[in-house]
Amino acid sequence: MTLDPSAIVARHHGDASRLVQILHDVMAVEGHVAPPVITALARALGLPRGQVEGVVEFYSFFSSEPRGRFRVLFSDNITDEMAGSHELRKHMLDSFRLQPGEVSRDGLVSIGTTSCTGLCDQGPAMLVNDRAIPRLTPARIGAITSLIRGDVPVDRWPDNLFPIASHVERRDLLLSTELSPGAAIDAAIARGAAATIEEITRSGLRGRGGAGFSTGTKWAACASAPGPERYIVCNADEGEPGTFKDRELLAAHADLLFEGMTVAGFAVGASKGILYLRAEYPFLVEPLLATLEARRRAGLLGERVRDAFAFDIELHVGAGAYVCGEESALIESLEGKRGIPRNRPPYPVTHGYLQKPTVVNNVETLVAAALVATHGAGFLRAVGTPKSSGTKILSVSGDVARPGIYEYPFGVSVQQVLDDAGAVDTQAVQVGGPSGMLLSASELHRRIAFEDVPSAGAFMVFDGSRDMLAVVENFTRFFAHESCGFCTPCRVGTTLSAQMMKRVVSGTGSRRDVKDLAKVSNLMRATSHCGLGTTAGNPVLDALAKFRPSFDKRLRSLEVLPTFDLDEALAPAREATARDDEGAHFTNQTSQAEKP
Amino acid sequence: MSPDVKEVKKKLRVATTSLAGCFGCHMSLLDIDERLVPLLDLIELDSSPLTDIKHCGPCDLGLIEGGLCNAENVHKLREFRAHCKILVAVGACAINGGLPAQRNHLDIRECLQTVYLTGLGVERGFIPNDPELPLPLKQVHPLHDVVKIDYFLPGCPPSADAIWQFLTDLIAGRTPKLGHGLIHYD
Repeated sequence: MTLDPSAIVARHHGDASRLVQILHDVMAVEGHVAPPVITALARALGLPRGQVEGVVEFYSFFSSEPRGRFRVLFSDNITDEMAGSHELRKHMLDSFRLQPGEVSRDGLVSIGTTSCTGLCDQGPAMLVNDRAIPRLTPARIGAITSLIRGDVPVDRWPDNLFPIASHVERRDLLLSTELSPGAAIDAAIARGAAATIEEITRSGLRGRGGAGFSTGTKWAACASAPGPERYIVCNADEGEPGTFKDRELLAAHADLLFEGMTVAGFAVGASKGILYLRAEYPFLVEPLLATLEARRRAGLLGERVRDAFAFDIELHVGAGAYVCGEESALIESLEGKRGIPRNRPPYPVTHGYLQKPTVVNNVETLVAAALVATHGAGFLRAVGTPKSSGTKILSVSGDVARPGIYEYPFGVSVQQVLDDAGAVDTQAVQVGGPSGMLLSASELHRRIAFEDVPSAGAFMVFDGSRDMLAVVENFTRFFAHESCGFCTPCRVGTTLSAQMMKRVVSGTGSRRDVKDLAKVSNLMRATSHCGLGTTAGNPVLDALAKFRPSFDKRLRSLEVLPTFDLDEALAPAREATARDDEGAHFTNQTSQAEKP
Repeated sequence: MSPDVKEVKKKLRVATTSLAGCFGCHMSLLDIDERLVPLLDLIELDSSPLTDIKHCGPCDLGLIEGGLCNAENVHKLREFRAHCKILVAVGACAINGGLPAQRNHLDIRECLQTVYLTGLGVERGFIPNDPELPLPLKQVHPLHDVVKIDYFLPGCPPSADAIWQFLTDLIAGRTPKLGHGLIHYD
């Protein structure tokens, strides 16, 4: 297939706000977006060339340079690491004689890493040409290696490589309630728009994406915002490492989700909904489109939904950027721009997608909203705690016998979850992902609820054999990779944290590193532009508060040490000058000359 | 305080040096002009480009401009750290690497080859390899990448007034405070 940029642009009606989807199409044909193609796209869309290039460079699923015909990306979440992904990746790199990220000379393959792919219950996982492969073992890596060597297109790889398993270990309200399609919409119509919002508010439903804002209040604000057009956006950019509960909801409960979006559309007076799906879940695209089509045929989407209102849903696929989970960055991405968080206020409820009033809700929130619309506020109110009504779906992974999806009423203790999942000798639990809260063994009595430990869904368990500093180091690396680069505290702070954690973990750190880690983390928390930066320091600060001895044990010196290897820093010049005399080396790097 | 008590007060011993810098910070120090005279009542200079004393002895204060671009810079910095009670990174290069750090995205091997072998107008070139010459580091680093720095005096260069304020504060035993007009301009 040859690439025709103008044909692709025409297929998207020349709509510049569809740039991310257009770039997906280009990537699918050529595997990269070459500079002349960027120029052609910019011209066809009437955009400055720099803007198109900026978008290509921003998202990790896009590239302006050719990559291997087979692009292998190992998921780099801590749970993958614990399941042996580093060894598997090294093995694969060695067998192709490649460095990480390097493209083989024949252009066949490149092997790198990507942030958590949301397959933590069946890791280690990888993406090959954006298709997900779970449960990697040396044998499966061997098979993949031979397929790549044989230049077999991924479409023709054996089916047994790809299936994503569904491990639902505990069902409660959301996962056990069946709803006939249209039931929630009918109930909402019968109740009326204003009363539906009222009902949602009374149910005490709060955002399940982590922030916990009242869903009813959000809908009411959007409904009363001036202007004729409104939008419902479902945030399915489940990027927080260790979170995969939306994957399950999207795979097995999509009807309920679309029901919730449609109810929201009816309630606030929106006629268009957009589902923003993370690019790491390509296996969900076809089933979701099929569900949408079925609902259109059943008259549950389209110009006349139940002869009462117009509402349709469009699918947008992200392109590998954690920051797009932040609602205003997500909206920017939907508009075909780089995912840079906006200044807030104004909030999306008044100035959202295309500056129109927009409701952005998490997948789980909208599923719960559909059930409230059908069964009334009491349905949710009956379970949970006073300030956290209903249930929470947890994605349990790490050192447990039964990783998977667990739905509990809010208020469940961490210990209860651990017992149910079969965890022994638990040293720590990371609740809510790296940006959430790190709990030590002495805090397992704490409860999952907005009143105590809020969670966006991740629940990663670490037993006594794990090095908690290596865990934190993985998280700092994640934030450094995902920082959008817009504000200095986060752009510089996340990278400094990752460098300092690396030094501490590798045993070359000094007390200054530990002090500076705390300083940088607090600075990011106080001064960053968006939630990514303000929470990026959480794992470090939690670990410093709860696992301080692990830091002190690793320090090579209490004095200030060079932050880099001095002798190694002379190596290139030694090579160029062919010198090896005494003056060409640093000896005694920790000489007492360090003392103040 | 009577004048004779002031007389017996020990002068502060100060060393200064320029590593990977341009001496602009030293020039700015000299720009305090006539205030040099009262300053010399309060300090005496140890190793410094102004005294030509080669090695630093025990000092109260060390002022360093410039970052670290080669092995000798590192040795000099460590010598200062070992002998100075208070060590100050003066100016943009000492604090961030500054202009010399512009080479950090280049390969130092290629730099040497271009300059000494393949560059325009180079004939019968060779890369100098005398053991007397310090080898360049792979990248230029700020001072605090290698030793503990007690104070940072920013600017390119810090203005004469900023240096004067900083020194007089320190000599008087106060925590140096620059504030508006010396470090904040808006």
